[in-house]
Amino acid sequence: MVGQSNNLAVEASGLTKVYGSGNTEVRALRGVDLSLARGEVIALLGPSGAGKSTLLTIIGLVNAPTTGRIVMDGKPVVSEGRFVVDVRTFRRRHMGFVFQKANLIPFLTAAENVRVAMEINDQSPRAARRGAMELLDYLGVADRADHYPNMLSGGQQQRVAVARALANQPSLILADEPTAALDSVRGRQVMDLFRKVAHERQAGVIVVTHDHRALDVFDRALEMEDGLVRGKPAACT
Amino acid sequence: MNLALKDIRHNFGRFALTAIGIGLLLMLVMGMGGIYRGLVDDATLLVNRINADLWVVQKNTRGPFAEISRIGANAEDRLRAVPGVASSNDFVSHTIQREQAARPLRMTVQGLSWPQDKGAWLPLIAGRRLEQAHFEMIADKSLGLPLGHCIVLGKDTYTIVGLTRNMASTAGDSMVFVTLADSQAIQYDQSGEAVRMEREARKARASDFDPGRVQPEILNRAAGPSSGIPALGPPPVSAVLVKVTRGADPAKVAATIASWPDVSVYTAEAQRQLLVGGMVDKSRRQLGLFRGLLIIVSAIIMALILYTLTLDKIHDIAVLKLMGARNFVIINLILQQALLLGTIGYAIAYTVGQWVFPVFPRRVLIVDEDLWLLGGIVLGISVLASLLGIWRAMKVQPNEVIA
Repeated sequence: MVGQSNNLAVEASGLTKVYGSGNTEVRALRGVDLSLARGEVIALLGPSGAGKSTLLTIIGLVNAPTTGRIVMDGKPVVSEGRFVVDVRTFRRRHMGFVFQKANLIPFLTAAENVRVAMEINDQSPRAARRGAMELLDYLGVADRADHYPNMLSGGQQQRVAVARALANQPSLILADEPTAALDSVRGRQVMDLFRKVAHERQAGVIVVTHDHRALDVFDRALEMEDGLVRGKPAACT
Repeated sequence: MNLALKDIRHNFGRFALTAIGIGLLLMLVMGMGGIYRGLVDDATLLVNRINADLWVVQKNTRGPFAEISRIGANAEDRLRAVPGVASSNDFVSHTIQREQAARPLRMTVQGLSWPQDKGAWLPLIAGRRLEQAHFEMIADKSLGLPLGHCIVLGKDTYTIVGLTRNMASTAGDSMVFVTLADSQAIQYDQSGEAVRMEREARKARASDFDPGRVQPEILNRAAGPSSGIPALGPPPVSAVLVKVTRGADPAKVAATIASWPDVSVYTAEAQRQLLVGGMVDKSRRQLGLFRGLLIIVSAIIMALILYTLTLDKIHDIAVLKLMGARNFVIINLILQQALLLGTIGYAIAYTVGQWVFPVFPRRVLIVDEDLWLLGGIVLGISVLASLLGIWRAMKVQPNEVIA
């Protein structure tokens, strides 16, 4: 049953999303069921228009589904297509996001980009400063703490973005093509990082990716097509 | 963490230039207010400084500042005899324009009833009061004439013995102070040829009458100086200033004088109201309207600047929202920058104004009351101007980051 296991970072059932109506109706999701355990990393694959990003925004509580239910950390957050929690607070406390571009705030240094995520979650400035340095150190970019984003390489920026996503010890990290702007070596490093984070920090990680070369990093890989999850497309080691 | 300050730190050059731009704009608003104040203050300066209780002027006129007023020179003596009058002084004022070092020198000549009035009430910044009955002058510093400088007016040469500051007429012309007799000599100065022709005309008119034909002395008098003809009185004055005795009721004294058929009487306050409500009223209202327009323009420009600054950060704001930032974090970011921009702009306006306003040709009078008021308006504008940016920031959706 949905929501019974506290070890699940997220459990979604019967998710549909319909945009427009009548002749312009688009069914982006057609009944998606998905569960993700803490510490698990899954890849979401599929062609453009398959519904990957739509699913990500719905699980990320950015958009509400048309129908369906989502439970996170054992708590219902979406019921019958409606949010039943304060989504901004929930995102702040339980989720981290990583994007194709790092989307770091350009007027903050690397450390401040991590700190801001902590401070908006009511951590004291001192604790946030210490926590940010620990995370940057954990991700191997502590020596870039005082650098602005435009002074960092793409890989370093993504590491800082991952550090920011981890700032509030989330139970769920959502990553939308996080390696698309990186070369294969750095892309691989970032994927390895997600695995490390998931396993060491017990966070569930969903990564939308087109990069089939790194599938071995994931615990599972799900193929999406026409708004449906088709299941495992390829073997994951 | 203060995001507003972090953003400013990172984009300091842009913020500084924007603040300077807004500062200069606010300086114009401040300056316009100062010009407005200066205009009103200049208009009432003389009335305030002279500090007479009553202004006695030509019947049915509004006094020398509003229109031409001529009152007989003997009114001064008549007024002194009114119960409750402590002193009375003639008031003569006229504006002249001469050339000095190939540039126009425009000044308002003010006559002082020497020796009773030697200019003790004038704000002297150098030199002394008038110590002689003739040919001494106290000039305002804005004329640019130094102490000891000699200037020829009419047929006489006047030496500047004292300097004042900020003494300007209602029209903004610098004032000079001479004795009443000198003032009238300057006012009624005629060329030698004009005097000769007038004397010849008088002689011709006198020779047409029997007394002139039978008494040669009359013809001699008519052909001589005006002062030698008892039938011709001294030239009229513009007004007579009255001080009442201590304890006397100015209204009662005014009522007594007002009963005379040849004069009208105004209290100093009434004279002030006539000046502000009449002579400078249109300029005052025009400046006031222009100032209002400038404030509106400033508000619009600030709103556009803040909106643009917000648009520059709209993606970052969407990121913050996706991360779960509360609305007040985003509102603070925009509002604090708006208030900082307004405050720094105001400080720049004040500082630059201290250097620039004294160079203006007319007095720019900045008073504390106006500074506080403008400060409040700037804060209000800052808040209002930020609303457009806040509205845009509130509209942005976190999924724009993912898109």
